[in-house]
Amino acid sequence: MGRFLLRRLLQAVVVALGAISLVFVVVRVVPGDPATLILGPDASAGQLASVRADFGLDQPLWRQYLTHMAGVLHGDLGDSWRLGGSAVSSTLDRFPATLALAALALLITVAIGFPLGMLGARKPGGARDLLISTGSLVGQAVPSFWLGIVLILLFARQLNWLPSTSDGGAAALILPSVTLALPFIGWLARLVRNGALEESAKDYARTARAKGAGERTVMYAHVARNIAVPVVTVLGLLMGNFIANAVIIEVVFSWPGLGSLMVDAITNRDYAVVEAAIVTITLSYIVLNLLVDVLYVVLDPRLTPENA
Amino acid sequence: MTATTSPLSTAPVLEPARPRAHWRHRVPARVWAASAVLALFVLAALVGPLLLPYDPVATALPDRLLAPGAHTADGGIAWLGTDQVGRDLLANMLAGSRISLIVALATVVIGGAAGLLVGLVSGYFGGWIDTVLSRIGDVQLAFPSILLAILIAGVLGPSVANIVITLAVTRWVVFARVARASALATRDLDFVASAQVLGAGHARILIRHVLPSCWQPLLVAATVQIGLTMVAEASLSFLGLGIPADATSWGATVSAGRDYLGSAWWISTVPALALAAVVTSVGLIGDAFRDVADPRAQL
Repeated sequence: MGRFLLRRLLQAVVVALGAISLVFVVVRVVPGDPATLILGPDASAGQLASVRADFGLDQPLWRQYLTHMAGVLHGDLGDSWRLGGSAVSSTLDRFPATLALAALALLITVAIGFPLGMLGARKPGGARDLLISTGSLVGQAVPSFWLGIVLILLFARQLNWLPSTSDGGAAALILPSVTLALPFIGWLARLVRNGALEESAKDYARTARAKGAGERTVMYAHVARNIAVPVVTVLGLLMGNFIANAVIIEVVFSWPGLGSLMVDAITNRDYAVVEAAIVTITLSYIVLNLLVDVLYVVLDPRLTPENA
Repeated sequence: MTATTSPLSTAPVLEPARPRAHWRHRVPARVWAASAVLALFVLAALVGPLLLPYDPVATALPDRLLAPGAHTADGGIAWLGTDQVGRDLLANMLAGSRISLIVALATVVIGGAAGLLVGLVSGYFGGWIDTVLSRIGDVQLAFPSILLAILIAGVLGPSVANIVITLAVTRWVVFARVARASALATRDLDFVASAQVLGAGHARILIRHVLPSCWQPLLVAATVQIGLTMVAEASLSFLGLGIPADATSWGATVSAGRDYLGSAWWISTVPALALAAVVTSVGLIGDAFRDVADPRAQL
């Protein structure tokens, strides 16, 4: 287990460094000159040069890269020229709001998607099953940003039940996390349904039926436990997806999280913040993937670290 | 419902095999419906803008925020209503459908070609080339694709070509994985060995013997990606990072109609529903393709 962990950890570090380098490359091939953007078109050549020196933009690219990577290792991604102060700290300030959104979305997805999937597996090809599988396709096809707008209109403006944006209260979390969760409920339901169908054809389920267990007992006492393993492991992936997809939803709901910070920073070419936000999201994505790998081995005793 | 998935099971008492055998030969009605929606979409994208041209800078203030079916000042009928500056929503939708189609097809063709090339080389040759290419793919997959798209699109600035570049860059890995898996499975088969013995070079083997095995899984992947690309384009345009201001896209129209949802729901809703219908149809057809390609996946 130790060696397996170490190997996966090393892989994760390599991937993380690669991802950070990729962000650097994308940002530095930018056509516009950041110094001009900061100072505006009227700045003198001297002012531009001093800003370039401040931000290290006058250095050759490879040296900028080394400085950048050294900074990353120290948790320093430079200062935000727009917000002032360190880009990393303004990013981390916003991160909890995004995490809360993603966590509630995860809870909603599992609480609804799992039972729906089990329901669909009871009668494959039946009316309910078709409804669920078509619903999951439609759910993933409806643009989530539009869904968010409709929910705001319905529950915030018309019915006045829930706040449409952050007011500090917990109720404000509901609309954005429902918007985030909705496309994935059907996705999870389909996964659970297919898993349950596969499991219910296995020998242990047949044995349980032969011993006279009712269909309900077979599905919920025997099958459900066995599909819990793959389901638990996709939860990590879902969480990562939610954190990433929150970018768009946060813009719709003016939610004070990482995503709206990042979109703001991109439109203002505040690249230190953009990099800090992307690095934060990507790192949490990688960590979640790592957790999933480990969890898989822990949960399923048949898998050893060698064959995982 | 016992053992419906096991190919060895003989349980005709509880679940007659008839409906399943039927399905495999007949195309289900919903796939026909999806094909019809898709055909309509392609038709709208091809000829729609010719019949009903869209002028992005036109304004007709007397006609602003007209409901669907209302009469405009010049006597015409705005079948889908008008937007906040009086432009006809139907013309807007038709112009947007063309953008959606162009972006989706161009992305899948460019990303697919790049991925196919990388995947073939990677899977067929193996060794260090495979290791390097696969690691690059891993690094990219470590990114949530929407983040990478936002970053690249934000850096490049809004334009149709830039969206295609952005989305192709974020999608090629998927195609590379699929092509690699097929190439890997094919290269050790006897007919490849025979071709080698007969003196065929790598290029000939790749093109004549390995490539044909990649088409089917690649087609399935491409169908799925067309739907995802359309949603991604709409999302980027919604954020103002996709389509430039002098063009139109369904995502941009949803965004423009945001402030009028209370008084003129159609501006945001019509393009969103159109997008949902087309993407669902693509998904249904993708599922049908997958069932044909791999009958075991059909449950």
